[in-house]
This record gives sequence, C-alpha cells and structure tokens, in this order.
Amino acid sequence: MQVSEKDEDILSLYQKIILDHGKSPRNAGVVKQHNCRSEGKNPLCGDRVTVTAALGDEGQVLNLKFDGKGCAISIASASMMTEAVRGLRADDVRKMIQAVAKLCKEDTSDDQFFSEYGDGLGTRIEYLSALSGVRQFPARFKCANLPWQTLLSCLDGNDSATTEG
Amino acid sequence: MNALAYNTVKSESRVFDLDLVRQDFPILSRAVHDKPLTYLDSAASAQKPQAVIDVIRYQYEHEYANVHRGAYSLSEALTSKYELAREKVRQFINAKSDREIVFTKGATEAINLVSATFGRTLEAGDEVVITGLEHHSNIIPWQLLRDQCGIVLKIVPISDEGDVSLNEVELALTKKTKLVAISHISNALGTVLPIKEIAAAAHATGAKILIDGCQGIVHEKVDVKDLDCDFYAFSGHKLYGPNGIGVLYGKEEMLDAMPPYQGGGEMISNVTFEHSEWAELPAKFEAGTPPIVPAVGLGAAIDYLSSFDRKDITAHESDLLAYATERLQTLNSIRLIGTAEKKAAAISFVLEGAHPHDLATILDRSGVCVRAGHHCAQPLMDRFGVTATVRASFGMYNTREEVDVLIGALGRAREILC
Ligand SMILES: Cc1ncc(COP(=O)(O)O)c(C=O)c1O
Repeated sequence: MQVSEKDEDILSLYQKIILDHGKSPRNAGVVKQHNCRSEGKNPLCGDRVTVTAALGDEGQVLNLKFDGKGCAISIASASMMTEAVRGLRADDVRKMIQAVAKLCKEDTSDDQFFSEYGDGLGTRIEYLSALSGVRQFPARFKCANLPWQTLLSCLDGNDSATTEG
Repeated sequence: MNALAYNTVKSESRVFDLDLVRQDFPILSRAVHDKPLTYLDSAASAQKPQAVIDVIRYQYEHEYANVHRGAYSLSEALTSKYELAREKVRQFINAKSDREIVFTKGATEAINLVSATFGRTLEAGDEVVITGLEHHSNIIPWQLLRDQCGIVLKIVPISDEGDVSLNEVELALTKKTKLVAISHISNALGTVLPIKEIAAAAHATGAKILIDGCQGIVHEKVDVKDLDCDFYAFSGHKLYGPNGIGVLYGKEEMLDAMPPYQGGGEMISNVTFEHSEWAELPAKFEAGTPPIVPAVGLGAAIDYLSSFDRKDITAHESDLLAYATERLQTLNSIRLIGTAEKKAAAISFVLEGAHPHDLATILDRSGVCVRAGHHCAQPLMDRFGVTATVRASFGMYNTREEVDVLIGALGRAREILC
C-alpha cells in the first residue's frame, strides 16, 4: 500500500534516525561500575527501562547505558539519550532533560527553542530534535519521556521512576 | 419517541441485518483522521445504539429525580424505571428473583463487593482459586484480601494456547477452597472458559464460584440458573449500555448471608446511633444514590440486544473472528497469542519488529481503533513472554470489510516501521 502525504505526521514521528535507534539501540546494557541506577516504568503500557550511569566526582556523566523493553519511541529516545548526555555535567544534564520534555510537548518554534537551550548544549540538542515528532501524538509523550525521567531520578539518587503521578 | 417502548418488558423482534444494525449506532458514521472509523475495541467498551442514547436523554429531559425518595410522581416514575431495569437484567440472565440483581458502578465494583463481604467471612488458610488469564480486577481484590486476612491465592495455569482446562482447575481445588473466581471469556485472548463444568467442580468440593462475565455476557447467552453460579459480575458499558453501571448477580441465600458492603442511605431499614438494621435485598448492597439513569440505559441496551435472536449475533461475531484469524495469519512474522479451540470476538497478536504501541499509533491514522498494551492482564502477558499485544475485538456491528481495513493498515504500518 502506498504511503500517502496524509502520513506526514507519522513519518515525522518515525523518522529514519528514530527507527534506526529503535532497532539498533546504542549503549544497551548495564554500566558495570555504575554508581547510580534507576528503573523507570510506564504502568499503563508495561514499558520499562533501567538506566545505569558512572558519574564523576563533579557529577559529570562518564558512562551511561540503558536496558529496557518498549516501543520504538521509548527505545530510540533512550538510545539517543545515552549518546547526548555522555560527558555532560550534571547541571547540563538536568537542563537537557527539561529541554527534551519541552521539545516533545510544546509547540515552540525551533528558533525559540534553540535560543533557550542551544547555548552550551548546541549540537547535542539539535541531534535530539528528531524526537519532536512526538508533539503530534500526545498519547506517546510518555514513551519519549520515560528514559529521561528515569535518568533524572538516577541523578536524584532515586532507584525508581514512573510516568504516572 | 421510542424511549417509551422501554416501559414494556418484552421487546419487538428484529432480523439481524448488518447494514441496519450499523445505522443504529450513530458514532459509526463518523470519520477519524479523515478516514471512516473502524472501531475494533469493543472489548474495552462498546459503542451505543441510538435507542440507548435516546432513553438516557429522555430521562434527563423529561423524567429526572432521585429514586425511592420523593413522594411525588417524577420520582415515582424514575423509581419504577430503575426497578424495571433490574427486572430486565433478571430476565436477561434468567435469575430467580429481582432480589438477586445488585446494581454497582461496574464489574470492578461488583467483584470488590464480593471480596469485601463474602471475603470477610473467610479465614486464614482458606483458599481462593483464580486463573492465569484474569483481568487485574479479578486479581487485585483477592490479593488485598490475602494481605488482610491470610487467605491463600491459587492460580490455575494457562496452556500454550491460552486455554484453561477443567482438569487444571480440579487439580487446584482442595477441601480448603472457598471460592473459585474466574473469567467467562478472557478479555485479552478471547478464550471461552468451560464455566458450567468449573462451577460443578467447585461445588463438588464445597466451594462457591464467582464468574467475571464482563466479556461473557456480551458474546454468549447467560443463564445463571443453568450455570448454577453463585455470583456473576458484568459492566454495562461493554454490553452497548452506558458506563457507570454494572451488575452483581448473587444467589439470594449468598447475598442474604453476606454483611453489607458500603454504609449509607438506601441500605438501611432503621438507624439509631446504637444500632442499625439493614434493608432487604438488593437495597442492602446499594448504599447511596445509585447510578439511576445509567441503569435505565442498561435496561434499554438489553432491550436492544434482546430484539435480535442472540444466535444470529453470535454467528456473525464468530464469522468475523474466523475471517480475521485467517487474514492475519497470511501476514509475515505474526504471532497470534491465544489460539484456544473455543474463542469469542477478540484476537491478540504481536508482529515481529513492530511494537504494539507503534502499530496502534499508525493504525489510528488509518481510522482503526485497536487496543495495544497489557489489557489489564500483566501476569498473562508474562506467561507469553511479551509486555504487550495488539488486540482487535469485535462487536455486533463490525464487518468483514473492517477486517480488511485492519489488514491493509497493518501492512502499511509495517512498511513504515520495518
Ligand atoms: C474480563 C474483564 N473483567 C473485568 C473488567 C473490568 O470492568 P470495568 O472496568 O468496567 O469495571 C473488564 C474490562 O475491562 C474485563 O474485560
């Protein structure tokens, strides 16, 4: 069957880069010498993701991996996350977590968005902009956001996160 | 206004003509994302026929008050319709008496009612038997009871086909079994359980039986006398009725022996600060203002269904299931979850390389509504080694053409995802 133009939204959600990360996730597994770990769950759909990280003395992300089961969106988001935050300081990671939530939810123009978050996070943010296809699918926001919320709870020293509540 | 036809218990009889049936459900003519709506999620909740919508509207526009309270004609009129709805339910499931029909807000509340009242009579070490395919609403109430009073919860295993055999149930029964609580039809897989035989086996060991009939009531003719079940629970919204209404059928002697569930208005016959006496059945279990209009709506849904020969509806749904099963099996790398010999109106599957949620999102853009997820049956998903499935489920109004739309949309989804 022909993929029609009406599918624009769908095609922007399932961009090549998303499908690629969804199918061949990077940094899948467990950081052996991790000093933080958190398990995220989406109780509505049963998706789960576990994040392990090795953080440096000043909270910079030295290594980050994830292990999980979920849809293409959540796995791709987790995989891209592991690439995007590696080497960042904790405060930048927090900023990026906020940025992603905005990117996936709010109808801000790219210009606006980059002027707010571009500084410092620059190309890393640009890399993540493929996730913004989720905006047209509010029901899927939780899928994209789960890995990031799990990372946040990891940084906060909590061992679990949920998309509910 | 056909809302007035509600007042008779016997409904007119109609021939099952699919085109005409579809016209009875106004929502079916709407579009979703510019595509005709293809609603394949009736197991989650069914669409409503005009007759139900009309009756609900009529009540609010012409005849609304509280029940059992006002000594004025409006209240009397609605009270008699509320009680007439009870009589319609009684006839529909062939219960002995109106006293055995308790209105609740849904099946979940009906099951919780039993666990909180009948359950209170159980002691530590007593056993409750459920199966591995239960909906969470027939698992959690028993877990709560276990944690409260130390009963033992036993789980009857499911076969690779998603079936429950009588033999496995019998193996789980002991002298300590006080209750068997099982689905009539699995919401996640469509498996039809041998409930009559299971009821007989339970009774043979001295246990009672509760049947979660949420799906069963929709797809099979239910006769509680013939089944000889102690409890049968269902929700109105899956039976083409409104939401906010459910039914607990309980044998009169069971309900009589049970303590009340909630306390409040309606459920008492006399109250002093020292002591209160409970109202007669079924009021004893209907504390507070009940879901009055939803009950009347359920009565209208039963009238609607009863106007057809149920056999014609069942035959149509079986045809859809067989057709969908055959068509789905032509897709590459599909795995059907639940291939029991006896199934009804629901089909669960996974496609290799495509997560159910991604499939459902893409199907939605083709106007196709299916459920993707664990279907409130996580232990069952674990049993089959998946976290989620796609489930297409059928109502009386679905067509073979809609199955074709599903197949086409799945093909396209795979093109995008794989
Ligand atoms: C088999 C089964 N049991 C129980 C329920 C719970 O019904 P409700 O949510 O209407 O109370 C459902 C519906 O989801 C069901 O399919």
